[in-house]
Amino acid sequence: MTMLATKTAAPVEPAAPKRKSLARRLVPYGYLSPTIVLIVVLMVVPIVMVISYSFRDNVIVQDNSVFAGFANYTKVLTDPDFLAAIKNTAIFITVSMVAHLVLGLAFAMMLNTELLGGVTKAIFRIVYILPWLFTIAVIAVIWRLLLDPAGVINYVLHSIGLINEGVNWLGDPGKALWAVTFINIWSGYPFFMISLLAGLQGIPKDLYEAAAVDGTNWFQRFRHVTLPQLRPVIISMAVLDLIWTSQQFALIWMTTGGGPLNTTEMLSTYTYKQAFSEYEFSTASAAAVIVLLLTMILAFFYVRQQRER
Amino acid sequence: MAVSASRLKRVIGAVTAASLVAFVAACGGGDSDDSASGGDVTLEFAQWWGAELPAGDFDKIINDFTTANPNIKIKLISAPYASTKQQLITGAASKTLPDVVGLDGAWVNDFAKQGAIADMSKLMTDANYDSSQLASQIQLEGKTYMIPVVNFVYPLFVNKDLLTKAGVAKTPSTRTEFLDAAKKISATGGNVKGWALPLDTAVPNGIQNDVMSWLWASGGSMLADGKPALQTDAVKSTVEYVKSLNDANVIAPGSLTMKEQDKVEKFTQGQVGMMIDSLAHVSLIKKNKPDLKFEIAAIPAEDSYTGKRGIPYASWGIGISNSTKHKAEAFKFVSYLMSAETNAKLATIANGFTGNKNAEPDFSNSDPLFKQAFDIYKEGTPANEFVGLPKSEDLMRSFDEQLQLVLTGKSSVDDALAKAQESWSSVIG
Repeated sequence: MTMLATKTAAPVEPAAPKRKSLARRLVPYGYLSPTIVLIVVLMVVPIVMVISYSFRDNVIVQDNSVFAGFANYTKVLTDPDFLAAIKNTAIFITVSMVAHLVLGLAFAMMLNTELLGGVTKAIFRIVYILPWLFTIAVIAVIWRLLLDPAGVINYVLHSIGLINEGVNWLGDPGKALWAVTFINIWSGYPFFMISLLAGLQGIPKDLYEAAAVDGTNWFQRFRHVTLPQLRPVIISMAVLDLIWTSQQFALIWMTTGGGPLNTTEMLSTYTYKQAFSEYEFSTASAAAVIVLLLTMILAFFYVRQQRER
Repeated sequence: MAVSASRLKRVIGAVTAASLVAFVAACGGGDSDDSASGGDVTLEFAQWWGAELPAGDFDKIINDFTTANPNIKIKLISAPYASTKQQLITGAASKTLPDVVGLDGAWVNDFAKQGAIADMSKLMTDANYDSSQLASQIQLEGKTYMIPVVNFVYPLFVNKDLLTKAGVAKTPSTRTEFLDAAKKISATGGNVKGWALPLDTAVPNGIQNDVMSWLWASGGSMLADGKPALQTDAVKSTVEYVKSLNDANVIAPGSLTMKEQDKVEKFTQGQVGMMIDSLAHVSLIKKNKPDLKFEIAAIPAEDSYTGKRGIPYASWGIGISNSTKHKAEAFKFVSYLMSAETNAKLATIANGFTGNKNAEPDFSNSDPLFKQAFDIYKEGTPANEFVGLPKSEDLMRSFDEQLQLVLTGKSSVDDALAKAQESWSSVIG
């Protein structure tokens, strides 16, 4: 047996190194394959399917879907509700991002100051981070109760004489968008605060000392030391926040549902209604692809900024 | 050593590849239907009923069936209404609906057109089922796709304390009396208003329950020969009546984004004197506010109306997946739920009315209000014209948006109805 084995093995000997090297070259792909399969199954396939749906008509709900070219895109882009959703989303994400940034920076600087003691800072840190700990469903329920015409906010405002009767924060077409933006700001600033606090703590003290020796005041140090040092964190957070907030669905759905009179309709709620209420999966896919493209523009700036770092 | 390390790597690589193949095969090869083994059949039953019934009660009913039919197992997939709806919409689209599905009449048309739910008329014939015992069937082109198992009516709820405080002796039974009572309740001061109107567009069923109910109560219809008929005098008078309530400032503020649960909460807390709501909420209201004195009544009709009053209802309907391999077994389970005895039991624990004509819910241990509601139900006609319509939620939403324009003074009633008619015609014209 041994001899036979030796004999049969002998002729293939020269090919062995080649096989070995091929196998060796494939090994890394073997290690990578679980991730590759997951990315393909969970990301590439769904995205490609949605893109293909956007170019077809009667998808999902009927068996005989047909190629429709750009018809779904034309339909979506000429739909006044979609254009209103773009405008509302732009206001919602921009105001949210700016407010997140300003509040996050202000609170982070307060938590980083040497003027407060350790215990005070710890208490404030817990208080400030609380909104971040609630799930979005809880946040929606809490704020629906607080902002009810007969709710706590109106009661307080009425008690201190700022209003005469209950304000319809979420039900008034003129106020609803600002009300949901406010709720989103409240729920999202702690993440900015934590990230900026980490950034602040990483700024070398000697920069401030050198600036102090140069006779700078507080504002000059903030402008010429703090801000430039935080710039990479601020830009990254701002871009990421725009992307995250543009995908905010649950908060809108659970507070106003896109109403009243479509004044809080966002790209996310518009797409959802197209798909799950009108069963127009083709136009929903077209809307989703447009959202994907808009998000990719933001993602492009994020990646470029990261590369610069 | 180097050789063995390389071999080890190759082995790891091969195992990884094999496991990936197995993983991918497992992803693609799931077939919930094919769970039969050794002659046993497992039926998946997706519904929201289990989530709304007292814990364990529904399981008991299911267990009785599996005890009597040991070769059929029932796997309950219970989730809240909204989750069930989403799950079924995606299941219908991908032809992977569970074997038996809980249905709302509003979904039937879309699911049937997609070929996702089975024609039950054929299954009834095959099983020699006597369909005359069924109180109603939801049909499309003469074929039954859904059988209502339990029906829930939507009567008028009235807070007796507020009514007495407002000096109204009689529960309103006409539109004029209702407006008058709502004005008097609103005049009692504080945050109290006469009526609550939830018009949230995320779940726009307020149009069905709180707006169209006024139309149906007076014998009106929003359809003519199955086509939208929203520009009729009856619909116009309904919308004008709702507008008159709004103009009189008797509707609780925030109605444009108010949800059904807000309406119930406001009634429970005594912030509104009257509401139109599901009888299913009686227990919830009593649990949250045991001392609230309230009663139920038929929805007020137009002053001159003397005919039978339509009373809105919602159903726990049942259907069978078109893709199940066990249609006969599935129908056996459906006929069990529809049998007089089981149906009465289910209706009793759900505080609803039976889908089997011969079954009568047992009111001996329940609140007297249910008996009262049953009488209202029997005196009137169950009315819900949204059942069986395509994209019914979308129809409600487009009507809702037009009604919101009317209530905010941005559109006249005629213009709003013309636009709603146009929008509806594009769906069911």
